Amino acid sequence: MPPLSILIWLPAACGVLGAIIPAVAARGAARGDSAAARSGWSLPGILAVAGSLAALGLAIAYIADYAPSIGGLRHVTDVVWISELGIHYKLGVDGLNVFLVGLTTLLFAAAVLAVNLRSETPAPERPGLFYFHLMLAESAVLGAFLAQDLALFVAFFDLMLIPFYFLIGGWGRDTVPPTRVKATLKLVIYTLVGSLLMLAAAIATGVLASQRGGGHITFVLSSLQAMPLGRGSQEWIFLLFAAAFLVKMPAFPLHGWMPDGYRAMPIEVLMVFSGVLSKVGAYGFLRIVLPLYPQAAAHFQTLMLVIALASILYGSLLAFTHTDARLIAGYSSMAQLGFITLGIFSLNPQGAQGSLLQMVNHGLVVAAVLFIIALLARRAGGSEDLRDMGGIAFRAPLLASLFLIVALATLAMPGSSNFVGEFLILLGVFKAKLVIAIIAFTGVVMASVYALRLFIRAMHNRVGPRVHTREISVRDGAVLVPLVGVILFLALYPQLPLRRSEGSVKAAVLSAQSYTRPLRATAGRPAPPTIRLLPRGRHGAPLTASSGGAR
Amino acid sequence: MIALATAHLKGPHVDFAGLSPLLALLGGAVIVLLVGLIGSRWVRGQAVPALTLAVLGTALGLTIWQWNAEKSIVSGALRIDDLALVLGLILIGGAACAVLLAWRSLAAREAGHGEFHALLLTSLGGMWLLASAQNTVMVFVGLELLSIPLYVMCATELRREHSLESGLKYLIIGSVGSATLLYGLAMIYGATGATDFTAIAAGLEHGGLAGDPLTLTGIALCLAGLSFKASVAPFHQWTPDVYEGAPTAVTAFMAVATKVAALGVFLRFFDVALFAARPSWAPAVAVLATVTILVGNVGALGQSSLKRMLAYSSVAQAGYMLAGIVVADRLGAQALVFYLAVYLPMNMAAFAVIVARERETGLGDSIRAVAGLGRDRPLLAWPLTISMLALAGIPATAGFIGKFYLIDATVSGGYTWLGVIIVIGSMISLGYYLPVIAAVWMREAPAGEAETDAPLGPADAPAPAGALPALAGGSPELDDEDVPEEDEQGAQERLAATRQPEVVFVALLAGAATIFFGIVPQPLFDLVHGAGRALGVS
Repeated sequence: MPPLSILIWLPAACGVLGAIIPAVAARGAARGDSAAARSGWSLPGILAVAGSLAALGLAIAYIADYAPSIGGLRHVTDVVWISELGIHYKLGVDGLNVFLVGLTTLLFAAAVLAVNLRSETPAPERPGLFYFHLMLAESAVLGAFLAQDLALFVAFFDLMLIPFYFLIGGWGRDTVPPTRVKATLKLVIYTLVGSLLMLAAAIATGVLASQRGGGHITFVLSSLQAMPLGRGSQEWIFLLFAAAFLVKMPAFPLHGWMPDGYRAMPIEVLMVFSGVLSKVGAYGFLRIVLPLYPQAAAHFQTLMLVIALASILYGSLLAFTHTDARLIAGYSSMAQLGFITLGIFSLNPQGAQGSLLQMVNHGLVVAAVLFIIALLARRAGGSEDLRDMGGIAFRAPLLASLFLIVALATLAMPGSSNFVGEFLILLGVFKAKLVIAIIAFTGVVMASVYALRLFIRAMHNRVGPRVHTREISVRDGAVLVPLVGVILFLALYPQLPLRRSEGSVKAAVLSAQSYTRPLRATAGRPAPPTIRLLPRGRHGAPLTASSGGAR
Repeated sequence: MIALATAHLKGPHVDFAGLSPLLALLGGAVIVLLVGLIGSRWVRGQAVPALTLAVLGTALGLTIWQWNAEKSIVSGALRIDDLALVLGLILIGGAACAVLLAWRSLAAREAGHGEFHALLLTSLGGMWLLASAQNTVMVFVGLELLSIPLYVMCATELRREHSLESGLKYLIIGSVGSATLLYGLAMIYGATGATDFTAIAAGLEHGGLAGDPLTLTGIALCLAGLSFKASVAPFHQWTPDVYEGAPTAVTAFMAVATKVAALGVFLRFFDVALFAARPSWAPAVAVLATVTILVGNVGALGQSSLKRMLAYSSVAQAGYMLAGIVVADRLGAQALVFYLAVYLPMNMAAFAVIVARERETGLGDSIRAVAGLGRDRPLLAWPLTISMLALAGIPATAGFIGKFYLIDATVSGGYTWLGVIIVIGSMISLGYYLPVIAAVWMREAPAGEAETDAPLGPADAPAPAGALPALAGGSPELDDEDVPEEDEQGAQERLAATRQPEVVFVALLAGAATIFFGIVPQPLFDLVHGAGRALGVS
């Protein structure tokens, strides 16, 4: 297998080539061959497709290569990047990230393909720059998923936002109240504020851990895990990390950037943004927060569960009151991310595994839904408002059935992989907090309301005033059908991700889980689980003996 | 008799090798000044800046030659160690960029090329003295040698009111700062009876003078005086006005080199001489840093003049760097010097783009002058973008590593809250760095702007600074050169503006360096490693 660095940097390299070659070539050639650019295929576009497909191929190879039995990190690259600061360029694949890497490469390939195959909307202006930013974003997201060093993770986490700033501001849509520039500024400031807090927290983790451990400063995750922080430090650091990840998702009180940002983004960019970037936050909880700050995670478990629950309820409610189809997708992902958070902070393996599965599922589903919304808008005279749609299924049975599959997956129909994911999540929460699980069940019901409402009002009902229905074109099908294919595949075979992620997820949750129950049993005194498992009498025997002797 | 006298009078030993960079700078200033008297226009316009660069190159070479020299020279007045040499390198780099930016500038022409460049070299000599000063007298001499040429240089665009205002303002406020510092130094001398840094340190430590009211007053006054120079809030009020009014090449030089020198002496004075009094000054400096970070970042919000924005941003950056002094350990010193090293390319890239756009458009340093740059001038747009991202501390730029190192140092030094303040400052700073990027890439070029390929003339845009009505009392050089062909001059200037390879070169070089050191920072770490050791703090 090639090293992971190739997977990470291949897209960016293709993007750079695509940006440079035409700029250099244009010096010699006269201008005016914009006809070639308008037809959709341009050199940067072709390079981007090649790069993203190659990355997808590599990711599939890593998934195939990852044997569930071995566990632990595979294909590790470990180079010292900055020795003074103890930062390593350490990458690795395990059950936690291998499927998210697959999801990332798949969605980016779909998005790049979708931009290249645009038939009715114009191709992006300045394609070289557009694909450069999109490919840089793919590299940064892959880097964030694969990084096994805290500082490296933070760097990639911050970096991945910058291309989106350019993509939204340069190629987005102006909506009426906020312009795209304002919307992108809001989005980036919101999310970067979170990331900067995380930067401070990450540095504090490295420094404090090395001071406690007495060793040289390091940010490598496995070494940090071996030098746990004190409980007080864990708690404030946990809160900073949680803020960063919750903004990114977005979760209920921190979602202010979401509506404007969603409306301003080009739809292909939104596909990857909604499908992948939100997952980095959830992944961060599993990769970093639970293993490094287990005591704090157990301490704030209820708080996080309540935030997750609020996201589910709030997102679902708004998803079935809004009529802007994009915002329905946006608020529904907020609710879905709420479920994912819920599963992670159930702090047991079932819930966390369900969350991991649900991350992949939701990424696939939301990208497909958003792409379909773009198709629907084109058939409804360019409007993405549900009130302007209706009756689109009339002459488009294929599109309707593809949409139906996606909609049913969104509402977690039994038989879909989403059902398995949500089931595991709720199972996990049931074990942890019964009341929260019962309330969360209403979220499942509400999901079917908004998913079916979106489907029915767009595809059935009375034909909208400006609707011209027609079947899905081959070009659009080339993007959508593979996505739906993967959704169907996972519905048939959800064991693939479940079995391969089992070991890693257990390892990630284990230490945090160990702090949950003993905490309650010994009233605030955290004790490792091994002690709890010992027979009570024998463990307490020396204590009683000595006190008896004193008497 | 005579033989007896000479035997008695033993001349002091002067280590000319250690002094050689300073001698090169000051000697070069004299040569440049004399060459500038030659009447030929070519010599004045081209040969003088080239000669200045040669002088800087010589000083650079001599600095590198002195590498690893750990010695005190001139009876302990100057200390030639890695800290001084690293700061010297940064200073010389900043001056070289400023010379390139000023090559075709109005400022150099109006002031006379020879004078302008001689002043620049003299000022640089003062900075070099400051960076290596080991004696309070040297601190003051260096500070004055730095400041007085700068006062003049700020006012070199003789026909622009703002430039004169800037020079006068800097003169008055700078003098107040110098006086305050001098008063403080005198008090410390009064308390400890020493001017030498090591003697002061010994006096404070063993003489139990660290808590003495006289010492403390002296420290407070020194802190205020140096804060004026480093534009630390609340002594920063001159910064935006002076930065905005001064010719942009001079602003670039001030922004980078003055800050390096001022923070360099700050570091040495507080972490060496006043180290024993650290419990009394560290909280005060920490509060100053906090105030500076907040004031600078909030002040920069919503500025439409790029130079003003960068002025406030430099105030904020000074606040970040003060954090390295507060912790007063080796890590803090290294982080500070590291940040100063990356501060040079980050700012130079931005200033080079401003210089270029000032000449190409009639919009001055307004943010509108860079609107639509991404489409029209990618070679300028990228450096500006990189500079803004680096100043904001985005990964893959040197600014990220610099900030990382500083926060690392504050947390290690037990000032975690100051690290959080730095982060909060960075958050606020996104509010003014990102809109510049938005202007560059996401807005159209303003209508009515004189494009490079559009017909040029004084009518289609506000007149450039050079075509402003002549004020009374211009220099004789101006009278015979510029005034007779005033209208043509404006058009020629615009045409020439499209060919300013040296400015674009500075922008690209600085931008590339910012990215390079963001990805491969190891060379810089090696560079600052010795600087931390030189201070002798743990």
